[in-house]
Amino acid sequence: MNFELTEERQMLQDSLRRFLRDNQDALRASTRLGNADNTLGFDAEIWGKLAELGVIGALFSEEDGGFAGEGFDLTTVFEELGRAGAVEPLLDTAILGGGLIAALGSDAQKALVEQVIGGELHLALAHGEPNSRYDLTQVETTATVEGDSILLSGRKAVAVNAEAADFLIISARESGAAGDEDGISLFLVPRDSAGVTLRGYGLLAGGRAAEVDLETLRLTQADRLGAAGAAYPALKRAITRAEVALAAETLGAMEAATELTREYLLTRQQFGRPIGSFQALQHRMATLLIELEQARSAVINAAGHLDASPTEQALHISAARNLIGRAGRLVAEESIQLHGGIAMTEEYELAHIAKRIVMADHRFGDTDTQLERFLDQSAA
Amino acid sequence: MDLNYSVEEQAFRAEVREFLAQKLPKEMSDAIRVGRELGKEGHDQWHAILNEQGWLAPNWPKEFGGCEWNAVQRHIFEEECCRANAPRIVPFGLSMLAPVLQKFGSKQQQDHYLPRILSGEDWWCQGYSEPGAGSDLASLKTRAVREGDHYVVNGQKTWTTLGQYANWIFCLVRTDPEAKQQSGISFLLIDMDTPGIEVRPIILLDGTHEVNEVWFTDVKVPVENLVGEENKGWTYAKYLLTHERTNIAGVGFSQAGLEAVKRMARSQMHRGRPLIENSHFAARVARAEIDLMAMSTTNLRIISRAASGQAPGVESSMLKVKGTEIRQEINDLARRAAGAYAMPFVSEALEGGNEPDMGPEGAAAAAPQYFNYRKLSIFGGSNEIQKNIIAKVKLGGGA
Repeated sequence: MNFELTEERQMLQDSLRRFLRDNQDALRASTRLGNADNTLGFDAEIWGKLAELGVIGALFSEEDGGFAGEGFDLTTVFEELGRAGAVEPLLDTAILGGGLIAALGSDAQKALVEQVIGGELHLALAHGEPNSRYDLTQVETTATVEGDSILLSGRKAVAVNAEAADFLIISARESGAAGDEDGISLFLVPRDSAGVTLRGYGLLAGGRAAEVDLETLRLTQADRLGAAGAAYPALKRAITRAEVALAAETLGAMEAATELTREYLLTRQQFGRPIGSFQALQHRMATLLIELEQARSAVINAAGHLDASPTEQALHISAARNLIGRAGRLVAEESIQLHGGIAMTEEYELAHIAKRIVMADHRFGDTDTQLERFLDQSAA
Repeated sequence: MDLNYSVEEQAFRAEVREFLAQKLPKEMSDAIRVGRELGKEGHDQWHAILNEQGWLAPNWPKEFGGCEWNAVQRHIFEEECCRANAPRIVPFGLSMLAPVLQKFGSKQQQDHYLPRILSGEDWWCQGYSEPGAGSDLASLKTRAVREGDHYVVNGQKTWTTLGQYANWIFCLVRTDPEAKQQSGISFLLIDMDTPGIEVRPIILLDGTHEVNEVWFTDVKVPVENLVGEENKGWTYAKYLLTHERTNIAGVGFSQAGLEAVKRMARSQMHRGRPLIENSHFAARVARAEIDLMAMSTTNLRIISRAASGQAPGVESSMLKVKGTEIRQEINDLARRAAGAYAMPFVSEALEGGNEPDMGPEGAAAAAPQYFNYRKLSIFGGSNEIQKNIIAKVKLGGGA
């Protein structure tokens, strides 16, 4: 047993933490609600510097052109992003987009991964649909072969980072029915293609997403990622990696919320003394710290089992996200409550951090869905 | 024991329901149902409709133009209004200031201010909290110094709800800095147009502008705007807070909220079936409903006791804690039900624009409201303060 970070990961953590702290103001500016000037949803300059720092490369294996890419590399990076409240779309462009191209792409398509690692290219996965909720197999968008062309039509929901993306990775069904694993294909499509209409909006927790309408989007065989109807395993794999990253990001945000709350309890005076001197509040703070350690262990379990057997992996990842869903809600709500009104204001950093924590539960499966997946695995 | 409403109470409920069916504008209830903001115009419109019916002031004595309804009637009225998705009546003038003026105000103040509250001519806001005085309200520092026939007020109030619409503010100010905290406070009525007053918006975490900071710099307030006696303001403030807590349980809001959650869960699909059929989600909804059923009866028990003349004691603190916990749980369920469609922040959808909701009905407001309603356990005496009150009464020290 060894719970220390390797030297490389420690260096990555230190340099990323320092960089994010030094750029706190720019990071915060792009997370504020109603920031209409920022149609990207994040800070382009910071994105470039993250690439320079090697943060994007750390999310890919050497084989794919990066230099790390294991579970603990993902958690090291995302914990720091979460702690800083960063909304830069590493999850969407690198883990999901880059990960899928690396897994399924032709040599020509794979050339894009290098551009992702260099910070020159953005990607977005357009997979979820209005009726799919968190089920990966509920794909109703259709892909129909018509001579040399493939026609896509359907509607994709809440595609994060779609407006900023140079390419969208769009899932569509070539055979079978909604709910089947077989028959799902992925297509790599320039975002500005005719037949693709985006309706963009900001997200409550920062960043941007879009509804993607596909109306007779005409593609060729060369636009497909991998074999026809066989994309599900790679899709599942990429989303699983994204879930580990998201769990770590939420853990980082929980750490930040807990720390802000601890500081506030020590400084805020009411009834002539710091409110942290009241035992009722001390106990609640203690509970948060206990839950935070539980969350940290759950993330370690998930990252450590990313390459385990399918059952083991699924158990630990659903367990981590279920636990983080529960503990995260507690930390977010209690941090706000222990602060009082100040934490309700958009200006105070905790408001943004609390939103990151709670809204993470709405990606790839909420607390209940994770419980259901855990039960599916433990019954299997 | 009889869990049924009397024949008279049932008739009253039917009358209220009929009125709402006739007079509540559909565009208004549609907006409330999906969690949209009304704005000043909408509030004014509903205020006027209720005033025309003579139902604007359920708790006022008839001599002042109120309904003088008993607690059970008021409960029925509130329940039916929530059920019909009627707008909430802005309480600051009607149910907070008015009872204070009726009990402690001069005849002149009553004759001047009360009719203007009913007509909607005056929109009141509340100047209580300060940056350094939240749960510890008695530590407030805003100063009022008597100079001849007026006071000069300096200081800052915060969390002033809908202060941007208000033309009057009732304030707690310190008139005797030497006295023990609670003893040196007075209750002043201040015209918001007086020179030296500045209202600065506070944007909340859901992007809404509903609260403000109000700054006072050498604001001259005529002495006749003092309510009751100088340095007795704390007594009036406490009296006001008991009125603030009358509908504190928010049973009607919870019932309407639970219905909205069920509606959304019927339309949202989970693994190819309606979400409402999912046992994990259904169990969460059922738990909230079970809590609410009991809460509703607790509320009625306390209300009936109040109707028979007994003043509620720690019970109102209990109702506040449990009532807000249930409301917040229901907001949490709504956010969960919305799934990925809880993520978008589409402000037009919340402010009554023409953008249709993405996802199921009510999804756009679900998460913003979940965050906004964290305030329920913070304001009006935080839930921690309520528990202190309960503990103090039950464990010693008296109340």
